[in-house]
Amino acid sequence: MKVINIEEIHAAVEKLCIEANCILNQDVIDAIRAGLRTEESPQGREVLRLLLENAEIAASDRVPICQDTGMAVLFVEVGQDVRVVGGDLTEALNEGVRRGYEKGYLRKSVVKDPFDRVNTGDNTPAVIHYDIVPGSNLSITIAPKGFGSENMGALKMFKPSDGLPAVLDFIVDTVDKAGPNPCPPIVVGVGIGGTMEKAAYLAKKALLRPIGEANPDHTYAQLENELLTRINDLGIGPQGFGGRTTALAVNMEVFPTHIAGLPAAVNINCHVTRHSQVILEGREPSNA
Amino acid sequence: MRNVIRITAPLEATAAASLRCGDNVLISGVVYTGRDAAHKRMIEALEKGEDLPFDPTGQVLYFVGPAPAKPGKVIGSAGPTTSGRMDAYSPRLLARGLKGMIGKGLRSEEVKTAIKANGAVYFGAIGGAGALLASCIKEAEVIAYPELGTEAVRRLVVEDLPAVVLIDSHGQDLYEIGKKEYRR
Repeated sequence: MKVINIEEIHAAVEKLCIEANCILNQDVIDAIRAGLRTEESPQGREVLRLLLENAEIAASDRVPICQDTGMAVLFVEVGQDVRVVGGDLTEALNEGVRRGYEKGYLRKSVVKDPFDRVNTGDNTPAVIHYDIVPGSNLSITIAPKGFGSENMGALKMFKPSDGLPAVLDFIVDTVDKAGPNPCPPIVVGVGIGGTMEKAAYLAKKALLRPIGEANPDHTYAQLENELLTRINDLGIGPQGFGGRTTALAVNMEVFPTHIAGLPAAVNINCHVTRHSQVILEGREPSNA
Repeated sequence: MRNVIRITAPLEATAAASLRCGDNVLISGVVYTGRDAAHKRMIEALEKGEDLPFDPTGQVLYFVGPAPAKPGKVIGSAGPTTSGRMDAYSPRLLARGLKGMIGKGLRSEEVKTAIKANGAVYFGAIGGAGALLASCIKEAEVIAYPELGTEAVRRLVVEDLPAVVLIDSHGQDLYEIGKKEYRR
């Protein structure tokens, strides 16, 4: 069995936190540039231009793209043939978040109790989703999530007889109601099927897929396109000032479900759709 | 882009009244910061008959919780937060003379009514553009509730901070007008 030391995890997560928050991914930059070419609203174009300028300042000064550096959401794939040594894996991931948010001058936005609302002071605990996969690697993807957009998500348990049209209307309606609040242009994550929590998880996971990469299933890829068109026809536009560029992408993930159910979840992300990944390879124990 | 109007905070009543929904402005001068927890504290102070951390007359309040400042910098990333969460508190502050709010996102009917009744203005700064907006902040000082950390009340000196008039003193709302224009 191969091993990974927690020290390696600390360093990797620390770096991911800072990178994800300060460097806007190229797919997002390209999509905003594309929007700038097609946006009809002068106010909208001005917003898109300023977002690109903002991304440049953030990258060159190494300051966060947005002050809401989010709650750290981690998607972790643990190879079944790797063992973490030196400590507890969850604690190691949280320690990486703690170090990254401190050293990167990132805002600590997590409160310990949803009602008492006292800040934990170190942006932990992170929300961690684990998957056990074949192999001996440890893959860590961080997706810091700001709550201007997170607050605008929705989940609905449909009846199977409601069918596809009702689900599509729900998705478009969720974006329409959110309006300017999630800082458009947005990326829309959609999760359909599974159980209630599986749909919500898929909607969040869908946001990790790069803009421009369609669902591999042709039918769902077409639905993504249809939804994108309908959402951009809402007129909300960049920052909600009116315009065509409301969403940069709609990413849909689907999972089998129960004969009695049709869960649908929408997770909205702002233009700062952050995600950075690292893959740590397990080593022979003697070299660890 | 339409002409850009330079304005100075605190805001004169005549300046506030002359602004129209959709106007692009550059804000310079002194603004105060406050978001969820600070608003709650300020309203509690008013209910107890205590003073606010600053006299709201003519002032502009920026809904922001900045990221920590790097060494040598005045402030960290500092874009607007969603204003709707302050809806429960804003009418009370507007009644006390607050003339402007900078944030992003929809406001309630009660807030719109209070903006109109008090001749105030709701400005939108660009959400997500925290790095760019921080570069417009020249001075920052915590003046109240330091224990709230990022949510503390700060006095900022800003220079040419770009914003758009979202709701003007006549109650016109750019979010409604803009969306209608481009809806298909």
